Amino acid sequence: MSYDSLVEDLRQRNEKARQGGSARAKEKHVAQNKFLVRDRLERFFDDGQYTEDGLLAGMSRDMPGDAVITCVGKVDGREVAVIANDMTVKAGTWGYTTFRKIVRMQEMAVANKLPIVYFMDSAGARIDEQRECYLGRVAWGNIFHTQVQISGIVPQICLMFGPSPAGSAYVPALSDVTFMVDKNATAYLGSPRLAEMAIGEKVTEEQMGGARMHCVASGLGDLLAQTELEVMEKGKKYLRFFPGAWDLPVPLVDARPPAESRRIEDIVPHDQNRPYDVHELINAIVDQDSFLEIKALFAKEMVTGLAHLGGRPVGIVANNSMVKGGVLFNDSADKGARFIWLCNAYGIPLLFLQDISGYMIGSAVEKAGIIRHGAKLLTAVCEAKVPRISLMVRKGYGGGYLAMSGAPTQPDAQLALPSAKPALMGPEAAINAIYYNEIHRLQGDERTAFIKEKQAEYAKDIDVYEPADKFSFEAVVEPSLLRDDLIRRFAIYSRREIPMFKRRNGVYPG
Amino acid sequence: MPHVSAPMAGTVWKVLVSPGDALDFGQTIMIFESMKMEIPIESDGSGTVKAIRVSEGQTVDQGDPLIDFE
Repeated sequence: MSYDSLVEDLRQRNEKARQGGSARAKEKHVAQNKFLVRDRLERFFDDGQYTEDGLLAGMSRDMPGDAVITCVGKVDGREVAVIANDMTVKAGTWGYTTFRKIVRMQEMAVANKLPIVYFMDSAGARIDEQRECYLGRVAWGNIFHTQVQISGIVPQICLMFGPSPAGSAYVPALSDVTFMVDKNATAYLGSPRLAEMAIGEKVTEEQMGGARMHCVASGLGDLLAQTELEVMEKGKKYLRFFPGAWDLPVPLVDARPPAESRRIEDIVPHDQNRPYDVHELINAIVDQDSFLEIKALFAKEMVTGLAHLGGRPVGIVANNSMVKGGVLFNDSADKGARFIWLCNAYGIPLLFLQDISGYMIGSAVEKAGIIRHGAKLLTAVCEAKVPRISLMVRKGYGGGYLAMSGAPTQPDAQLALPSAKPALMGPEAAINAIYYNEIHRLQGDERTAFIKEKQAEYAKDIDVYEPADKFSFEAVVEPSLLRDDLIRRFAIYSRREIPMFKRRNGVYPG
Repeated sequence: MPHVSAPMAGTVWKVLVSPGDALDFGQTIMIFESMKMEIPIESDGSGTVKAIRVSEGQTVDQGDPLIDFE
C-alpha cells in the first residue's frame, strides 16, 4: 500500500465522519428550522474554520464523533472552545466517548484560558450505554463536576438550539448564562410523558420546559432568541464583554457616543411616584447599541445587562420603576445576585442605578422567603470585588438602598443625581411611624392637615445636600455630565487591588 | 375563562379598560398604587375584555383575578 493510498483512506474516513447522521435524520432535523451542527459552527466562527478533536471517535459503531463535536475556533479574533451536540447522530445522546470528549475539551479550555460555548441539542443520556456511563468515577456526571470546578475561571455560555432533557438540563443551569431559541429549545428534568405516568399531569413540551417558559417564568433562560442565527449573534455579542479567563484583563473596545435620546432631565420624572422606563436612562448613558440585557423577560422590576461605557465593559444593575414599581421581590433579588457574581467573577465593573422604594412587604412575600432571597443580593453586593459605582437616581429607601450597593456596602463611589431622595423610608410611611399616636388622637380634617404638614416637613429634609454635607455621597452629579464622570471614575478605580480573604466559602443565604 | 391576575399586592387606583374592549398583549389595563408607587398593570394575554373583577379603590392580593377576557 502506498503512502498516498493511506492518505486517501484517511480523507475518506474524515469525510464520512464530517457527514454526521443519516440523510433521513438530517432531513428531519432541518425540517424543524434547525441548522445542521457543522453549519452552525461555520456561521459561528470568524472564517468558518475550527480545530477539531475526536472527529473519528465512534466511527466503528457508525456514530460520527460519538454525537458531539468538540473544537476551537475564533470569534472576533479570539479563540473560543465549542462543544456541540450532533442531533442527527443517535439524537445527540451522550455515550461513553461523548462525555469523555466533552470533559477533555472543558479541561483543555481551562488550561488555555478559553471561554466555552455549549451548543445544546441532545436527547440526553444514551441509556444503552448506562453500564459504562452512569456509576463510577469516570461517568456522565464528570461533565457537571468539571463545569462546577471551572465556574468563574473561564466563561461558560450555553446556547440551546434544541432539547436538553433530564440530567443534561444541568448544563444550562451550571453555565454562566443560557440563551435559548424560541420554540425549539426545551429543558426539563422529567418529560411530559414521564410526568403523565408518574404524577398524572398532562402538559405539552412547551409548557413543561419551553424556551419562553424558562426565560419568563423559571429564570433558567437568560435570553430568548427567535432564530438560530440570532442566538449565535447574541452569544458572540456577549463574548465581547469577557476576558478568556478570570485573571486576564477585560477586553476594551473603541468608545462610541450614546444613542440619541432625550436628556436625562427629561427621562427621569421629577414626581418620585411616577414610573419611567429605566432602559431609556441606560441607553442615554452607555455606548450606542452596546447594551445586552440579561434575563430581560424575568423579574423585570430589576434590569441587569452588559454594556460598554467609553469602550469599557460594565455590568448594570438597575431598578425599573415601570414594572411593579421597581420594588425588589424574591426573583429580582436572585436575578441581581447572580448577575453580580457573573460580573465579579470576570472582573467586569458594576454600575448600580438606584431608584428603589424597598423590598416588597406583606405576608405573601414573607412566606415565600423574601428575607432569605434579599440577603442573597446583599451578600453578592457586599462581596463584590470589582470596581463598583452606585448612582442614586431617585429613591434610595431602606434595605433596598443597601441591597442596591449603597455607601455602607463600600462601593468605590456612591453618587447622586440632584433628583435623589435618600431616606430610611418615604414621607408617608415615616410620618405614620413617627407620629402614630398623635395621628390616632386626632380626627377628620385635623388629622389630615397634621399628616400633610408633617409629610411636607419630612419631604423637605430628604434631599441630597444634607447627606452631601456629611460626605455621604462622593458627588452630586449634573445629569449632562454624568456619562463623562462615570467613564473617568471607572478608569480611576480599575487599578484598585482587592484584598482576598482566606476561607473555604462564606455561608451563603439561599 | 382566561384572566389577568394581580402581579403584586396593592390598591386599584385606575381601571383603564371596559367590557367589550379589544385587549392586546402588554396593554396597560389598570394602575395600582402600591409601595407608594404608581404601578401600571400589563395584560399578559390578548382578546376581548369580558368582565372587570375589581373596582377602583379596592385592595387586592398577589394572584387575585383582575379582568376576564377571551
